[in-house]
Amino acid sequence: MSDLSSKLNTGMVEKYRNNFLKEVEANVEEGDWVKMCMQCGVCSGSCPLGAHWDHPPQELFMMIRAGKRDEVLQSTSMWMCTSCYNCIVRCPRELPITHIMHGLAHYATRLGIEPKGQPTRQFAQLFWDNLAKHGRVNELWLGVNLYFMNGIVEGIKVALGMAGIGLGMLKSGRLSLKELIGGHTVKDKKGFHAMIKKAQELEAARVDGSN
Amino acid sequence: MATKEYSFYPGCSSQEGASSSNYLKSVQSMCDVLDIKLNVIPDWNCCSASIGYCGGGELPRLALSARNIALSEQHNAGQDIVATCAACWLATKETQERLDDDAGLMEETNVALAEAGLKLENKSKIRHMVEVLIEDIGFEEMGKHVTKPLDGIKIAGYVGCQTNRPFGIEGESFENPKYLDKFIETMGAEPVENYDKKVSCCGGALAFSEPEKSQALIKDIIEAAYDGGADMIVTPCPVCQMNVEVYQDKINAKYGTKFNIPVTYYSTLMSVAYGKNGKESGLNGQIIKAKQLEAIASK
Repeated sequence: MSDLSSKLNTGMVEKYRNNFLKEVEANVEEGDWVKMCMQCGVCSGSCPLGAHWDHPPQELFMMIRAGKRDEVLQSTSMWMCTSCYNCIVRCPRELPITHIMHGLAHYATRLGIEPKGQPTRQFAQLFWDNLAKHGRVNELWLGVNLYFMNGIVEGIKVALGMAGIGLGMLKSGRLSLKELIGGHTVKDKKGFHAMIKKAQELEAARVDGSN
Repeated sequence: MATKEYSFYPGCSSQEGASSSNYLKSVQSMCDVLDIKLNVIPDWNCCSASIGYCGGGELPRLALSARNIALSEQHNAGQDIVATCAACWLATKETQERLDDDAGLMEETNVALAEAGLKLENKSKIRHMVEVLIEDIGFEEMGKHVTKPLDGIKIAGYVGCQTNRPFGIEGESFENPKYLDKFIETMGAEPVENYDKKVSCCGGALAFSEPEKSQALIKDIIEAAYDGGADMIVTPCPVCQMNVEVYQDKINAKYGTKFNIPVTYYSTLMSVAYGKNGKESGLNGQIIKAKQLEAIASK
């Protein structure tokens, strides 16, 4: 955890000491919907990876109201979301559940208390870093970084396991070694990076600046 | 019929040498026949799909799609934005909706866009290619251009998630949308009736980070296609296409199955049925070869 996020986390605990629901409403994307949950469980029953969540969405919503801050934010649960939107279209109260799960995952990351080794957490960060660099995703580097995210030894093992698929993609023209150096990019990289930076600053002022 | 023009957002996976470059190829061939002109949004960027949320907060992610809409409004003024990728379409449409609902976020987005010299009006209509085909072209017109009907091929129409939820296609249900089956029929092939896994999730981006959990989902999607007597699977989504096609060997090794079923796009079918050759239809992009389509394309 960086000093900055550690300070932010302590600040938030201090500010919302007795009210995690308020903290979620104020700081988590679409968090103001959480109180609308009526605990029917349709979201949990509709989730394709439902069996793998420590706490399915409806349970997370109740835990938020019960003030279980660490149990929610440190959970691997919301990192199980595949963004299939089943829960959203089936929720009788029309909660944007997918977005709340993404929002919780992002907020935990912002505070530096997310589960570090969680594979989707790692992949999601790689994906963002990859696209933010050139404005477009470089699939080759995304794959390489993914396979080696747990170190060289593990990486070689994973990469060898995936070699057949990679070769198939190369042969069918759906993976290009040209992406190793350079690759696809937006032309106005300067403007693109300045835009992202400004958006990050504005968001930080709104969320981090509020304590 | 007059040429129809759209502002086109191809997305990262459609680029040369990327995972759905074969999708773009077949879309171009299909549009050529249907007299659809796609004007690429100049200098478009990634939409961050549905997995950019860890590093990207709400506003940076909204800014990404806002930049694309703003560029389209500047360069392709008055044209609907059309995406072929489910995630591109979804992220762009979500951004438009979120910014319409929240004046504060809209203002901040425009402050960020100003750094790139852009301004967002947020008035363009955001559409998926299948909406264009259904609503602007129509099944009757689509059928008129068939020169090589796909006789004797049985196909499971796998709609997947993000072309279907949360927005979906006007007039279709979330649980059992019918349009993909109608595409299949219109091209002269036979759709699998009551395909069980039509709108089930393939794991999406988690196929990379949680391979075993996702492959269990993919196994069911393929098994249901075989159960329905399918020769092949067809989908409108690049992630669905890739996930369902490329992991079949891994699934066979783990579960003792003998899967070897081709997975193509709706546009692949259309391109072949419209008389385009294998290359023009993107058939060389298949890892599991679509032999029945190849045979028709080379006739």
